Amino acid sequence: MFPASFGYFAARSVEEALDLLTKHGEDAKLLAGGHSLIPAMKLRLASPRYLIDIGRVPNLRGIRVDGDTLAIGALTVHADVASSDLVRRHLPGLAEAASVIGDVQVRNRGTIGGSVAHADPGADFPVILMALNASFTAVSPSGSRTLPVDGFFVDFFTTVLKPNEVLTEIRAPLPPAGTGTAYHKMPHPASGYVVVSAGALISRDASGNCASARVAIGGLASGPLRAQATEAALRGKPLTAKNIAAAAAQAAEGSDPVDDVYASAEYKRHMATVLVRRAVEQASERASKK
Amino acid sequence: MTTQHAPSGLIGASVRRVEDPVLVSGKGCFVDDVQLPGMLYMALLRSPYPHAKIISIDASAARSMPGVEAVLTGDDVKLNIPSPVMIPGQKMPPHPVLARGAVHAAGTPVAAVVATSRALAEDAANAIEAEYEALPAVVNAEKALEPGAPLAREELESNVCYTAIKKGGDVEKAFAEADHIVRMHITSPRQVAMAIEPRGAVAKPEPNGDLTVWLSTQSPHRVRADLATSLGYPEHRIRVIAPDVGGGFGSKGPLYREYVLACHFALKLKRPVKWTATRSEDFVTVIQGRDQAMTSELALKRDGTMTGLKVRVVANLGAYLCSNTAGPPQRMMAMAPGCYQIRNVHVEVVAVFTNTVSTGPYRGAGRPESVLNIERLVDQAARELGIDRLAIRRKNFIRPEQFPYKTAVGVEYDSGDYEKSLDEALRLSNYDEILRYRDAARARGELVGVGVSTFVEPSGGAGFESGTVRVERTGEITVLTGSSSHGQGHETAFAQIAAEKLRVSMDHVAIRHGDTMAIQQGVGTFGSRSAVMGGGALVIAADRVIAKARRFAAHLLEASHEDIVQTDGGFAVAGVPEKKVTWRQVAAAAHGRPLPGLEPGLQETCFFDPRREAWGFGSHVALIKIDRDSGEVKIEKLVLVDDCGVIINPMIVEGQIHGGLAQALGEAFREQMIYGDDGEVLTGSLINYAMPRAELMPPLTLGETVTPNPFHPLGVKGVGEAATNGAPSAIANAVIDALAPLGIKHIDMPYTAPKIWAAIKRAEG
Amino acid sequence: MSDEGIKIGVTVNGVKREAAVEPRELLVYFLREQLGLTGTHVGCDTSQCGACTIHLNGCAVKSCTILAVQADGAEIVTIEGLARGDALHPMQEGFREKHGLQCGYCTPGMIMTAVYLLKTNPNPTEDEIKRALEGNLCRCTGYVNIVEAIKWTAQKIGGDRVSR
Repeated sequence: MFPASFGYFAARSVEEALDLLTKHGEDAKLLAGGHSLIPAMKLRLASPRYLIDIGRVPNLRGIRVDGDTLAIGALTVHADVASSDLVRRHLPGLAEAASVIGDVQVRNRGTIGGSVAHADPGADFPVILMALNASFTAVSPSGSRTLPVDGFFVDFFTTVLKPNEVLTEIRAPLPPAGTGTAYHKMPHPASGYVVVSAGALISRDASGNCASARVAIGGLASGPLRAQATEAALRGKPLTAKNIAAAAAQAAEGSDPVDDVYASAEYKRHMATVLVRRAVEQASERASKK
Repeated sequence: MTTQHAPSGLIGASVRRVEDPVLVSGKGCFVDDVQLPGMLYMALLRSPYPHAKIISIDASAARSMPGVEAVLTGDDVKLNIPSPVMIPGQKMPPHPVLARGAVHAAGTPVAAVVATSRALAEDAANAIEAEYEALPAVVNAEKALEPGAPLAREELESNVCYTAIKKGGDVEKAFAEADHIVRMHITSPRQVAMAIEPRGAVAKPEPNGDLTVWLSTQSPHRVRADLATSLGYPEHRIRVIAPDVGGGFGSKGPLYREYVLACHFALKLKRPVKWTATRSEDFVTVIQGRDQAMTSELALKRDGTMTGLKVRVVANLGAYLCSNTAGPPQRMMAMAPGCYQIRNVHVEVVAVFTNTVSTGPYRGAGRPESVLNIERLVDQAARELGIDRLAIRRKNFIRPEQFPYKTAVGVEYDSGDYEKSLDEALRLSNYDEILRYRDAARARGELVGVGVSTFVEPSGGAGFESGTVRVERTGEITVLTGSSSHGQGHETAFAQIAAEKLRVSMDHVAIRHGDTMAIQQGVGTFGSRSAVMGGGALVIAADRVIAKARRFAAHLLEASHEDIVQTDGGFAVAGVPEKKVTWRQVAAAAHGRPLPGLEPGLQETCFFDPRREAWGFGSHVALIKIDRDSGEVKIEKLVLVDDCGVIINPMIVEGQIHGGLAQALGEAFREQMIYGDDGEVLTGSLINYAMPRAELMPPLTLGETVTPNPFHPLGVKGVGEAATNGAPSAIANAVIDALAPLGIKHIDMPYTAPKIWAAIKRAEG
Repeated sequence: MSDEGIKIGVTVNGVKREAAVEPRELLVYFLREQLGLTGTHVGCDTSQCGACTIHLNGCAVKSCTILAVQADGAEIVTIEGLARGDALHPMQEGFREKHGLQCGYCTPGMIMTAVYLLKTNPNPTEDEIKRALEGNLCRCTGYVNIVEAIKWTAQKIGGDRVSR
């Protein structure tokens, strides 16, 4: 109920955070909104010796268009992503994902960067960001690098971020005309975490066929999975309900989810096909309106 | 802006609650709000094992940590929770406040620490090293009865705590002569009461040797007696205060280990000690509800007449007996035949120890299980016999002219009109229309179902309740009730009763409860008993005060007391309204110069015990739809018609039904405490145990019939559990109605989406 | 890190407060025990129940999942800060008027969430109200009358606005 004792630093800049990270190494954890870390610390599932609070570092919060990319500061809270006009206009699937995380209070405090870096298998952002082909900007004492979403999430609660890196920005390509996005989720009735979810990015060509498709699924593995069989089945085909259903039926191919107390692996695979179908249908519909 | 009601119209009025201004302002005082100078905080080390021998406990590191004042283990404290014998022959293995030698359920405390802050206490508890040797565990009560099953309590020869049988009529003959027998096996999910305020205790030793204890409890007096027994400390030196209590639903009835430990430390260290449960601790220590497995047979004539009923209940008691653990399974014995005339009944309860949290009363406490059992049987009987489910109910209902009606198990129901209730529910639900809607949907291949439950529910049991009415010197009225509130609105409803009886405004009445130093012996609030028992005691005490006051008034008015009548605010001479006195004048006389033949004072107490329960009843109708894609069940319409006799405050009654309904929906769709086969707790936090949230509440219609209780001074029956008792069965019957076309006969609650989807998939092959 | 703790300054219900806190002190216990504002409650340990909901810089948040040190410099409103003297906030009135509480334990958090809802959405639909309450658990009322209370208050506040 009470975290174990720790030392606390409030960083005033990314540079200061990096210095502290370098100094304390793996004994230190970054604290943004704290809505993943503090619950774990209260239950003493996590007991870092030092917390480096980056919550008040300036210039890491906000959403802007940067050329052909939507750039979201790592400290932007879920509620801001959900209600942002920019996000809703360009990437409604991302706004939908943000709007179904946790609850009102959690969305007012939890940050997109924290969610991505924490890499909870039940989180929403990793799934939709994979569908959107997002990338992540990470800063370390040796400079800045950009990490593509494919390959970013490596295991439960594990990303390719290094202990001395700070995630500063989430970048999603602005979709061209004729593209739609959507996110559908079956939440766990207690935690609100993902049981299964699906995010889709669908582009139509002039004739109404699927020009490109990226579909990601949550809940079937340690992190988001690309539904590659579905994507392949959609590509070049007319986006009819029948084709979408046939493609979605392959959504769980190659996945190996586990039974848990609430849902069986079989159910999760089934719901992946249902939610992928719904997400692709909605994304296709949106693609036809743009 | 207080809504003004004439005293004569108070009973039956939706008066806004007296309690609310304090609570909505955040100025309530719950146990954890009690802060005392020099207070210490207690934390416990609990066993992660469901069943294990304790090899060693090393607390040396903890003892030397900053802020730690004391550490105790089972070697240091040999106190037990007392468990009264409820059933002759019942096995009573010890329930130690700190485990001695072995633990029998995950969460059992093995060591206790007090320190100068909560965090330091928790740090120290975490620093205690306990070594265990795991023993085989059993968590399912039916499996615990199988030959070769592990023993949950290794000191016993079997897992059976007690077996009890109740029977009436000639059951074997009824079954031998039956045209048809319906057989079912039904289980009720184990639920967590989940009062939003976790339990807590503050124990304060007083300089004179008294012990003041603030407890989040439903039964201050009963808990005080058990606390005295456990500590070996005189009951009259202990003052238990139940301040604002944040919900209970049965779970805050008994004495818990942590309360004894906090008191023990306080007495030992001569300092106040606070303990507040975390939610996770409450998950593994607060009595849980339901978890009964029922194997039943219903014998019928071809025309649907029910002739015989056999029920065998295997009840999971958990590992340790709390004061009320043995209670809920026995409810079945009194109410197994429900609202039907079944003259030959045999009910057997086998109560079983397992390596799980103790069970006990949780809103309904055996009633929902019993209703579920008979209502599922009746629906299944209708289906198997090809009889309409309403017709079979009507055919077997106990008829209004048969009351008071003695059932085959020897219980007397007081009053009822079950058909009227059913008719009202059908009317409010547009029953014929929803059947047509269902049939049309079904023709389109959709899974839609309609379910009905008709049920009885006993209320107001468990002995007496007390009430004192005291007219103070100034004529203000103080009511002391033994029935302690934790959200039911006693301060409002009892003030309505007292004000109407005494013909004063509610402002002139103060209701006091929840303090054993201020209140005469009482029982508490549970089992839908407060309006029936506390209300009954209050009415009789008020009548006694009025009778005495009339004698004082007679003196003052120089009239015979037979000629004195009550008026608003006091008394007058019959037929001479200008000859009157106020309560203030009467009270002054009662506390002033002695009057011949009259003992001073205006205070009367009633210990009310009608020696029978009050039998409310109702009819619930549910229309549900199942999403084939996901298995999600959605309620499209829900109608609850309840009859709780005369209603004191309709607003509060509706609130009770709403709250009970949410818990019913929890049972039907979400809530289940789950243990792994080897005993590990799988749903031990709100992250994996699903509580109903606002969005679960369906379109709802409430209705009522009013059949007064002829054996009660106000005519009331209990209502606090009505929705929890009746609604799950209506929903279960609706879900099975939707799935019956697929050949599905029964599914146990909760109806989670994955479970329903799997059942459909299995049925459709 | 020192034994005296870290100095923070917050404005709580309009009053500036300064205090030294241990880094691990949760905001809810800082409010309850250091400032004596016990109206904010703790009902769980996993950020689910919402009994600890307060307003931090104008937003509804769960004070059990925030360190007191994170609140340094913040503007905080708790349940005790809603009423003006003896005059209840319209939402507090609404809860009483519509019987939106029974035991009263979840109530402060519910009211804080409800006030925040009307701030962001003055005329919510019933579904929007239910959704806004997803982070608050109540075990007594079945939420029915909480929803009614919020509707009542929305109308009342809306009415007041119109009449002004």
